[in-house]
Amino acid sequence: MLAGWFVALLSAAYLALLFAVARFGDARADGGRSIISANVYALSLAVYCTSWTFFGSVGRATSGGLSFLTIYLGPTLMLLCVTVIVKMIRISKAYRITSIADFIASRYGKSQLLAGMVTVIAVIGVVPYIALQLKAVAASLDVLFEQSGHAVFFWGLDSTFLIALVLALFTILFGTRHLDATERHEGMVAAVAFESVVKLVAFMAVGLFVTYGMFGGLSDLFGKAMASPELGRLLQHDQARAGTWTSLIVLSGLAIILLPRQFQIIVVENVDESHLKRAVWMFPLYLLLINIFVLPLAIGGLLHFSGQGVNPDTFVLTLPLARGAEALALLAFIGGLSAATGMVIVETIALSTMVCNDLAMPLLLRSRWLQAARRQDLSGLLIGIRRAAIVLILLLGYIYFRAAGEAYALVGIGLISFSAVAQFAPVLFGGMYWKQATHAGATAGLLAGFAVWLYTLLLPSFAKSGWIGSGFVEQGLFGIEWLRAQALFGLSGMDEISHCLWWSMLANIACYVVVSLNSTPDAMEASQAERFVDILRHGRRDADARLWRGKTSLGAVVELLERFLGANRAHQQLAIYAAGRGYADWQTLPADAEFVHFAETELAGAIGSASARVMVSSVVQEEDLGLEEVLDILDEATQVRAYSRELEAKQRELEAATAELRAANERLRELDRMKDDFISTVTHELRTPLTSIRALSEMLHEDPRTELTDRKRFLGIIVNEAERLTRLINQILDMAKLESGRAEWTTGDVDIGEVVRESMDSLGQLFREKGVLLAGDFPEHGPVVQADRDRLMQVMINLLSNAVKFVPGDGGRVRVDVGCQGGLVRVVVSDNGPGLTAEECSVIFEKFRQGGNTLTDKPKGTGLGLPISRQIVEYFGGNLWAESRPGEGACFIFTVPLPAPEK
Amino acid sequence: MAHKILIVDDEPNIVISLEFLMKKEGFEVAVANDGEEALAKVAAFNPDLLLLDVMMPKKSGFEVCEALRADPSRAGLLILMLTAKGRDTEVAKGLAIGADAYVTKPFSTKELVAKVKDMLGVA
Repeated sequence: MLAGWFVALLSAAYLALLFAVARFGDARADGGRSIISANVYALSLAVYCTSWTFFGSVGRATSGGLSFLTIYLGPTLMLLCVTVIVKMIRISKAYRITSIADFIASRYGKSQLLAGMVTVIAVIGVVPYIALQLKAVAASLDVLFEQSGHAVFFWGLDSTFLIALVLALFTILFGTRHLDATERHEGMVAAVAFESVVKLVAFMAVGLFVTYGMFGGLSDLFGKAMASPELGRLLQHDQARAGTWTSLIVLSGLAIILLPRQFQIIVVENVDESHLKRAVWMFPLYLLLINIFVLPLAIGGLLHFSGQGVNPDTFVLTLPLARGAEALALLAFIGGLSAATGMVIVETIALSTMVCNDLAMPLLLRSRWLQAARRQDLSGLLIGIRRAAIVLILLLGYIYFRAAGEAYALVGIGLISFSAVAQFAPVLFGGMYWKQATHAGATAGLLAGFAVWLYTLLLPSFAKSGWIGSGFVEQGLFGIEWLRAQALFGLSGMDEISHCLWWSMLANIACYVVVSLNSTPDAMEASQAERFVDILRHGRRDADARLWRGKTSLGAVVELLERFLGANRAHQQLAIYAAGRGYADWQTLPADAEFVHFAETELAGAIGSASARVMVSSVVQEEDLGLEEVLDILDEATQVRAYSRELEAKQRELEAATAELRAANERLRELDRMKDDFISTVTHELRTPLTSIRALSEMLHEDPRTELTDRKRFLGIIVNEAERLTRLINQILDMAKLESGRAEWTTGDVDIGEVVRESMDSLGQLFREKGVLLAGDFPEHGPVVQADRDRLMQVMINLLSNAVKFVPGDGGRVRVDVGCQGGLVRVVVSDNGPGLTAEECSVIFEKFRQGGNTLTDKPKGTGLGLPISRQIVEYFGGNLWAESRPGEGACFIFTVPLPAPEK
Repeated sequence: MAHKILIVDDEPNIVISLEFLMKKEGFEVAVANDGEEALAKVAAFNPDLLLLDVMMPKKSGFEVCEALRADPSRAGLLILMLTAKGRDTEVAKGLAIGADAYVTKPFSTKELVAKVKDMLGVA
């Protein structure tokens, strides 16, 4: 058994050590050599692990098995959203945000109402949590003194009350040591980081002692646990609780940022964004370490105290004591004390700042007393209010503890707090990313969420304590079934936390979004929305300054700063600011928009943005900017961006248009070139026969004595060339008509078989003369298609005469096949001529491009036959193409669609 | 000694008329039907003047002209280009690559004979 005085002395010594650490941290901060490194920052985040972790995790593990882990998985996941947290830190730094209430209020138009609401919710939500810490410390003292109940009295006072007082004093010394009320407390952060180390060491020491000292290691423990059906259950993941797991992960993930103390540590106390990178892995590592021995301790405790009814929440202490390891039990007690004090200090500092800035200041600013005491230095008053708030909050915690302390397990209270602060999530995150979100929407969302939380979680917990009737839980409000507090609208089968989270978030987000969309922000809201959402963009300063217009004197603003910051600190900050703007003496600063903005930001750091706004406007003759004007100014920046985006888009359009024009021009030029080429080619084709005709006829004309044989030969040539010329001209005209669509068509039923036979007959003589075999395989009649008979004949004759032109004189064979395939008539003219290359197969369908540029004579032809044939076939919806390989003969195929079968 | 003229054209009827015309004027005449044959005939026949068609298979008249002008041993060879393509650019191109004269088809036999004689210095 430990002596009371020894424990008290040890506790006092430990607190003194903490205080020394804090003093050291503050001294270093004052000296400009901040002690806050990335490691210290990461460790200070572990203020998340309160006595709830230290004692409560083990208790929770004895009943819920692995589910205690969810409380640590959520924060790990949340910290991965580094960009969100960095944005939050940027905003807070830029506008000297002092608390989560300040953050939310500032975003929605520096609203005192919202700030107050958030503060009230936070206080109501977090006071039970503080009570929990007091309970933990009291319970651990009880264990040390082997008392049942918590009625240890010193000098006639309840020990828990004493603890509350000591903590209040300690917090006052810590957090409000400065006479100048600023938002940052580096000493406190250092002490909290130190405590984090102590509690981790203490917890792991107990874990090692129990696992390896009392039992034969982890395998021994787990082996024994598996052997017992009761304990084996703890080691299995319980599928039925998956919903609970999810909601616990969500809740704890939100809590790591939204709990006032977490916001304080992560956002407000952050000195360097890059520290976050360390915290992202170091904090989860810390959580892992502090959780490693939770299950072994739970199993060890259950095995050791089997059936003795020892409270599992105290296993951390009772297990070492059971083996007489008093020193270890003391270390565990100090660890638990660290966990509790760390939480209480940071939480009450954060809450007191909120209470002071967002509840007390607005009231004071309205009071006549403050008006009367205009010239008084108010920085002392601020500190006083904060100290009073600290005492008050701890007192509230104590009262709650006295009233409800016996009603719940430790974890239950923690989750109720988590659910309360989770209500800040929509307005906080929404405000950072959604410009349309309005003050009215935020108010509605918060109120709705808070009301649901109150009705479904807090009041039922009161009912369970027997303070109020439990009718609304069991039968529903006014006996209405679907208003049952923990089965709202008939939603049952969920645990109470998931149930509350679901309905409160639904109500919160729905009201927030719907009201925001249906309300118009005022000028201040619009400008704040712009500042918050676009914080990561550059060039904000200009807009900040331009958003304000008014007249003031340097003296009035400086006086204001002196009143709230204290003269020393005010002059110090003014000097730094003046130097930044290039003025040697701050007294020569112009009282311009930028200066007023600076002063307001400085004030915001002390009294919150909402109050700062009120104070600044009291000494400044401001011109009210209308919403339109604000939007205009804000828009200007946006507009410049939009304009440049527009310009870029225009430029892209222009470039596209230019490219199109260039392409069109290219096409035109190509067409022009083609036309030019065509004319040139036509000219060439016309001139060639003309040349022979002219030359020969001139010679005949000039020399009448030309021999008869020559004369005959020449005249024969002249006649042939004249015919060629005629043919050429006809075909050119035909081609031109086809191309311009002015050709005349006589469309009717055409029997393909008949057409093929007739064309074969008409060319029979030519084939026979050349000794070429012409064969065909096709029915006597049909198929019948819709086409122009003469034109199809023209195509057939063209293909056949081409074939006969190219096959060898003797042994040449040409074959015609007619068939139907897939709704098309298919006519194939194949020969055993020299064949065509793949390139030639397409070239021959171009005008004046003849195949067969071989050593043989230039083919007799105009080079227009195939292009004309193709035009004709395509006119009737068919195709004409060639298939061939050099040396393997050529195959010309054309198709004409069969008429659709009549229905 | 009669001057030697090589007629290069792929149109048989034009070759017939040119051959007859030039022979009648007393020139010694040889014929080639495409560009490659023309170069071979120049080497074998050693003509004083070439009547050279432009549009021919295998090697165009322009290519033949360039090839001949690139050969210093053929420096004295006269080249008269005959073409059915009468565009200015083609005339300019022919002259630029070294043709001595350029006549478009259809031509006047009298003028052609006069031009050939003038080029060969036959009065």
